[in-house]
Amino acid sequence: MSIQSTPQRPSLIERIRRSDLWWSFSHSVPARFAAVLLTVLVLSAFLAPLIAPQNPYDAMQLDMWKSELPPIWVEGSEWPYILGTDTQARDMLSVMLYGTRTSLLIGLAAVSFSLVIGLSFGLIAGYFGGVVDNLLMRVGDVVLSIPTILIAILVSAIVRQMLPPDLREIGASAVLVLAITLSGWVQYARTVRAQTIVERGKEYVMAARLLRVPPRRIMVKHILPNTLTPVFVAATLSFGMAILTEATLSFLGIGMPPGQPSLGTLIRIGNQYLFSGMWWIVIFPVMQLCLLVISVNLLGDWLRDALNPKLR
Amino acid sequence: MLVFIIKKLANALLVMLTVALLAFLIFRLAGDPVDMMSTEQTTQADKELLREKLGLNDNFLVQYTRFVGNAAQGNFGISYRNGQEVLGLIAERFPATMELVIVATILSLLVGLPLGVLTSIKRGAWYSEILQFGSIIGVSLPSFVVGILLILVFSVSLGVLPAFGRGDVVELGWWSTGFLTRTGLLALILPSISLSLYQVTLVMRLVRAEMLEVMRSDFVKFARARGIPRFRIYFRHALRNCLMPVVTLTAMNIGTLIAFALITETVFQWPGMGMLFIQAVTFVDIPVMAAYLCIVSFIFVFLNTMVDILYAVIDPRLRGAK
Repeated sequence: MSIQSTPQRPSLIERIRRSDLWWSFSHSVPARFAAVLLTVLVLSAFLAPLIAPQNPYDAMQLDMWKSELPPIWVEGSEWPYILGTDTQARDMLSVMLYGTRTSLLIGLAAVSFSLVIGLSFGLIAGYFGGVVDNLLMRVGDVVLSIPTILIAILVSAIVRQMLPPDLREIGASAVLVLAITLSGWVQYARTVRAQTIVERGKEYVMAARLLRVPPRRIMVKHILPNTLTPVFVAATLSFGMAILTEATLSFLGIGMPPGQPSLGTLIRIGNQYLFSGMWWIVIFPVMQLCLLVISVNLLGDWLRDALNPKLR
Repeated sequence: MLVFIIKKLANALLVMLTVALLAFLIFRLAGDPVDMMSTEQTTQADKELLREKLGLNDNFLVQYTRFVGNAAQGNFGISYRNGQEVLGLIAERFPATMELVIVATILSLLVGLPLGVLTSIKRGAWYSEILQFGSIIGVSLPSFVVGILLILVFSVSLGVLPAFGRGDVVELGWWSTGFLTRTGLLALILPSISLSLYQVTLVMRLVRAEMLEVMRSDFVKFARARGIPRFRIYFRHALRNCLMPVVTLTAMNIGTLIAFALITETVFQWPGMGMLFIQAVTFVDIPVMAAYLCIVSFIFVFLNTMVDILYAVIDPRLRGAK
């Protein structure tokens, strides 16, 4: 560990290149495929204002004469609407890029909040044990005894009802983040709690306690880093779940409003025209959503195997 | 043993009471029921009278106890939307959802088990790799997307299967079944496939993992040494030892399937409990929402507790745990 004995500490890139994880990554076809796909999807979504032909939120740019145009390779199409337009004359490609951005942001926010809540609850329950542990874990039991999708639907329906009507459109994304967070934190809490109980008994924690390091510092600086590996895997997989939950809620009509659509909202809109022959309104958002979730899940799946010491 | 069962039951009861508390809180959070029931013309005195009649002036605990007492007897009040008994509304829709869930469960076992065995014994073969890769896709596809794609292919393009509704149903007492008519059975195909796909991949992955474990064990090696045909080893010796977790997963996931059915039901306009619930959510019909939450959680908790107790009956080692 001492830095003096190795005169030149390898650079960060060098250390990444030499790590087991990188080796496993560069030898896994699905992982590399997923990483490239995800990078393209994320970059295109966040660069949407620069690369999208149209800003779908700006009603001035919508030309009602150009509604319901088919994709560019079908007869009757028009440049630059590569993937066609929907019934509100929004360019499908643009609205999808913006929608992907919305879905990604909501998923990211929801996972981050559930991580914060789950990690704190898990650490506190595992470290202190006793009554605190019992109470926090019983709360977790109750949350787990209701199917997650049901929690998300109920929270989102009720919180929206509690908001004043003029805030409902603007607050939709915040409501979704809250709903997904509340339905997803328990698994982190359980993972971290189990790991914390193991770590608590080890010598380095004993040593820190003897040195009278405050409990908060022991938990955050000493125990937390040792519990993060399984949490990391869970977070990747549940990022995929969060995107799916958001899409499902929006599809059911209790998520993002049609004016600021996420991918789920777009599929909901397209679903109404399923029998009208305008297949492009539904197929493209469906494909985009699937690619997004599949790439995240492939990465999560690979990460779980790569970080599992039993499989080495 | 008795202590263990009592403990489990007490735990289940506690969870259900908390769920009931949540359901009860929904009423409180969503606003004043008197305001929802009254019109512009209702006078203050009338409102007070109604408030007294509904028992809204009692304290929190009394109201909660009353709610739990009523719920335990199946009395969930009257729907805000159409003034019917909530329990009647749900009972009417219950068979549709259950038939869908049962068919999906059977389907997941019929397809998932053989696929799991296949991918474990033919590990490394190209079709196993494809199936394994496909299972990740199966987990990633949201169920409404599967439903939409199925409708696009089989109803819109090919026009061979119905895309919405239940077809003709036959009334057997209070249970209405779609199993007995041709249209009823046809209507079941697409929804049950789309509901079961996720479950199929779960069963397949679980069976594969378990089989790989069992195939390494000594008794399988011994069976091989005795010269028992491979096929017999796989299905009679190895698979049997994998069935326990599969049965557990299946039983526990019935609750999840009922909840997920609400998405499938929305896509296929299937007249089940889930669609009732989604309509209730859009109309803020709180009694229906609360009742649905309680009923689905009850089924969920009931199955979990049953599985726990059955496990303890079968395997005495588990009785000491917790």
